[in-house]
Amino acid sequence: MANDILIEIKNLSMYFPITKGIIRQQKIAEVKAVDGVNFFIRKGETLGLVGESGCGKTTLGRCLLQLIRPTSGEVYFEGVDLCTMASDHLRSIRQRMQIIFQDPFDSLDPRMTAGEIVAEPLRVHTRIRGRELREKIAELLKIVGLDPSMTERYPHQFSGGQRQRLGIARALAIRPSFIVCDEPISALDVSIQAQIINLLEDLQGEFDLTYLFIAHDLSVVRHISHRVAVMYLGKIVEVANRDALYRVAKHPYTIALLSAVPIPDPIVEASRERIILRGEIPSPIALPPGCNFHPRCPIGVEICQKEIPSLREIEEGHWVACHLA
Amino acid sequence: MGEMNEKSEKRERGPVWDVFRRLSKRITAMMGLVIVVVFLLSALFAPLLAPHDPYEHSLADKLATPSWDYPLGRDELGRCILSRIIYGARISLLIGLIVISIGIFVGVPIGVVSAYFGGKVDFIVQRFVDTMLAFPGILLALLLIAMLGVGLHNVMIAVGISTIPIYARLARSSVLAIKSRQFVEAARSIGSSHLRIILQHLIPNSLSPIIVQSTLHMATAILWAAGLGFLGLGVSPPTAEWGAMLNGGRLYIRVAYHVATFPGLMIFVTVLGFNLLGDGLRDALDPRLKT
Repeated sequence: MANDILIEIKNLSMYFPITKGIIRQQKIAEVKAVDGVNFFIRKGETLGLVGESGCGKTTLGRCLLQLIRPTSGEVYFEGVDLCTMASDHLRSIRQRMQIIFQDPFDSLDPRMTAGEIVAEPLRVHTRIRGRELREKIAELLKIVGLDPSMTERYPHQFSGGQRQRLGIARALAIRPSFIVCDEPISALDVSIQAQIINLLEDLQGEFDLTYLFIAHDLSVVRHISHRVAVMYLGKIVEVANRDALYRVAKHPYTIALLSAVPIPDPIVEASRERIILRGEIPSPIALPPGCNFHPRCPIGVEICQKEIPSLREIEEGHWVACHLA
Repeated sequence: MGEMNEKSEKRERGPVWDVFRRLSKRITAMMGLVIVVVFLLSALFAPLLAPHDPYEHSLADKLATPSWDYPLGRDELGRCILSRIIYGARISLLIGLIVISIGIFVGVPIGVVSAYFGGKVDFIVQRFVDTMLAFPGILLALLLIAMLGVGLHNVMIAVGISTIPIYARLARSSVLAIKSRQFVEAARSIGSSHLRIILQHLIPNSLSPIIVQSTLHMATAILWAAGLGFLGLGVSPPTAEWGAMLNGGRLYIRVAYHVATFPGLMIFVTVLGFNLLGDGLRDALDPRLKT
């Protein structure tokens, strides 16, 4: 059981300081983007990470890959802590973990051809050059469903979906075992989204990949994930197997989130009960005392205002951070 | 097989040919290129092209207006202006190119490193740049000449150094805009080294404003060198140099327009040429505008 865990995160926090003053910078506050997060991902599985905008999903993904060095906590990749690793060593371990970005128009260097973009990871990590490199690029383009004759084209000559495929080819080039998919489809047309999702699923089977799939689209996450983690204001509030979560969600935030998913049947949709949360999402600079969610919680009681609920396993594989669950 | 050969042949022509091909589609850019090439060639073959000795003077014919023998007339010492302009191109173009090279090759790396690493590095580097920018450029150059000594080489170095902060700032602002783009983060997630990120991603994407700025600097450089020459710090009098000629003719502008006008016109046309070329180059180097 413990052996098949690829990534484990313990107490991971990322606080961004807000400073004041020019000469002597003083820290006046902190944005708690990620606050004491714990979870693990098993080999070959897809963990969906959902939450509303600004809840820290993307920051969590970046911290996992050490693109931002977290404030505190540990990230174990195959049992090795990445947070204490020197940046030189980290560079070589980067070939094992990659990222696919949200915006396919921003994530490709406009001055490099498709071939050069896909070749970059190979140039950094391998000694493959010349003819062999060109063959490898053609092969990678084929894998992600692009025509190898497009090697000499520049990113602006591709459509959004094709660019995202190019981003996937770049991530795949050095055969990683783990990929963070940071909202890989939210910038694409609906018709293209399904193609990219299917591609990601096919590649997972073919190359034995493990995904952290960050998204805010609940139905997409349901489709692709084995397990789902729900994030609210920098904290994980619920983690469970996909079916358990979508059937019997325990945390009031998850329940509210799921009730917002429209149902494509007008009769059922009309009678659907929606839980509309009161108020706004609190500022991550001044978090409320106790449970982060209590100011908006429909079922909150007194203890919620005082004590921070910890993430407890209430059924096998189902963790919830709520006093009332 | 035949197709393969054709493809690899196309590849061998390389990016320089590619840029030239795109440049040739723009009329203004080609005009710029022609001007620059003509000036470079006339500088190179000055002894063959000049109708007279640029240093042969004849006080009797001073300030003579243009004629068949002396197409652009004679200057205050009766020397052939056309010959002096042709010889002067050697020094003036050299000054421009060296000044800009110093500015770019020193200023751009400073700006890029400062912006890329940010934080304390940026703060310290930028205060140095602020200090340099606080001096009027010509004064800074004067200061440097006082330290380096008088002479054409030192003038070029001094003017070059005084343009460094401008390029450093320009490069810094471009890189600041680019470094937060996702493709830079992608390069980091791949495991690219800092050097690779800077050379492969940051510099190519921040070059356009620098190219345009450098073509505009051509004129400033020539004029500054002339100004310093006028103060007796650079090119010393008999040497043919456009800026010095412009200054020399300035006194006679009411009686003999041609003495100052033609060297001035030359500076203007050179700058125009470099500017058109720079503008065209910027477009030709941008793959997004590729047709």
